[in-house]
Amino acid sequence: MISRGEAAGDGEAARRQRRDRWLLPAAVLALALVAWQALVSALAIPHYILPSPGRVAQALAAGFPALALSWWMTLKVALMALALAAASGAGLAVLLTRRRWLEMSFLPWMVVLQVTPIIAIAPLIFIYIDGHLARVLFCAWLVAFFPVLANTVLGLRSADEHLGDLMTIHRARGWQRLWLLELPSALPHFLAGVRIAGGLSLVGAVVAEFAMGSGGAAAGLAFRILEASYRLETARMFAALVLIVLTGVAIHLAVGLLAHLLLRRWHASALARES
Amino acid sequence: MAAGAGPAALVALDGVEKRFGDLLALADFTLEAREGELVALLGPSGCGKSTVLRLIAGLARPGRGRIAWGPAATAAGPPGVVFQDPTLMPWATVEANVRLPLRLAGIARRDARPAVAEALASVGLSARADAYPRELSGGMRMRVSIARALVTRPALLLMDEPFAALDEITRFRLNDDLLAIRARRGATIVFVTHSVFEAVFLADRIVVMTPRPGRAFREIAVAAPHPRTAAFRQSPAFAARCREVSAALAAAMEGAGDDL
Repeated sequence: MISRGEAAGDGEAARRQRRDRWLLPAAVLALALVAWQALVSALAIPHYILPSPGRVAQALAAGFPALALSWWMTLKVALMALALAAASGAGLAVLLTRRRWLEMSFLPWMVVLQVTPIIAIAPLIFIYIDGHLARVLFCAWLVAFFPVLANTVLGLRSADEHLGDLMTIHRARGWQRLWLLELPSALPHFLAGVRIAGGLSLVGAVVAEFAMGSGGAAAGLAFRILEASYRLETARMFAALVLIVLTGVAIHLAVGLLAHLLLRRWHASALARES
Repeated sequence: MAAGAGPAALVALDGVEKRFGDLLALADFTLEAREGELVALLGPSGCGKSTVLRLIAGLARPGRGRIAWGPAATAAGPPGVVFQDPTLMPWATVEANVRLPLRLAGIARRDARPAVAEALASVGLSARADAYPRELSGGMRMRVSIARALVTRPALLLMDEPFAALDEITRFRLNDDLLAIRARRGATIVFVTHSVFEAVFLADRIVVMTPRPGRAFREIAVAAPHPRTAAFRQSPAFAARCREVSAALAAAMEGAGDDL
């Protein structure tokens, strides 16, 4: 009886915790918005300095057709960069880990590429790459791909040693070892890398547009922010910012969901969410 | 070592030496496992027991000496191996884990089904074929590991302290099960352990090893007939053998002390 009561109590506690995970941040957001609104009206702050949340919402609604188009542009670049980063990062990781000397020869240079600020090489990219989309995409990819590469290399190397021995005893071929042991072992690490890359690809897409300028009709949200700032339309700047933030959160959640679906049957990181 | 009457040797290590850098792990090590026999390697930790298994499994090569295989071994495939940890693939079901050696041999899932079912039945896990390792207890995971080692019907089974991490009750039960499996399948088993009781209960022959560098210090036959049951654990014969093996182990440690 006691144990059953405790079990029910545990279920109740788990449910409450799951609810609180959404409720508490939402409450913080609501409080912040109320405080923001109150602050703006109480101190009579001019809207071109700090617009009220209501005014930002208005600007978002009023400018939505143009903003939505730019949002789609930025989202497209971020998602394409993320897909490219995931594919090339994983592919390169597999390639480099096939031979010890390959990894030793090239991985340090990948690090150098990673630590070079993207903003510093943007002007060079402008010279060497033609076409706005290609430029912005290249920038965003460059920022996003390293975490995938580094994590996947780590994951491929972290395969269970004794399972590796078992493969050796049974004369597994290279591709069998890769497919049956190394890739599954690397999956959680790869997905952690993709999660980081998801945020970075959006950062890269926005920074690239700041650095490269807009592509005319193909202007993204970064360009909308610059444009609005020239016109002192601060509310519109906030509106574009809100869209960027929402996009980042959406990418983060989508990648998290993907990771959860792929790992839920066996990996500790996904199991912890269920309990 | 007397290679007299009785079954032929399945595998024999003769004067094997193994170094890891400056470290001499095995020196002039000699061991013979005859067909159908269960040989226990007993010794203090770090004496090179696991190295012996790695040499037999082909995971390492001896620096000196040789490993000879009997005809029955050369005809069969690679040995079945059970490590101290179950070392299962956490992302794969019990069925897929057990099927792994067959998959590596290029056998299709459909063709592997009877062998996998039989291996799972022999460890009593037929009902859990679709479970994932994390859903099983430690003892059950070890059973899966044993089923995986059996699935190719190897002539030789190498077991590296497989039950050392389990609780006493589970360990006793797996000891019983291992003997039952062996009675049905008749494989030759080389079993590494640091438990005197486990060695005496399971083995036909116990090889007591010295501390590093590992040598075969003494060989003790356990003549008790099979099937061995819980009653054997209570018997005076069991206690006498345990005393004898313990004494040999103590002597092996001492002898090494003089060497050092």
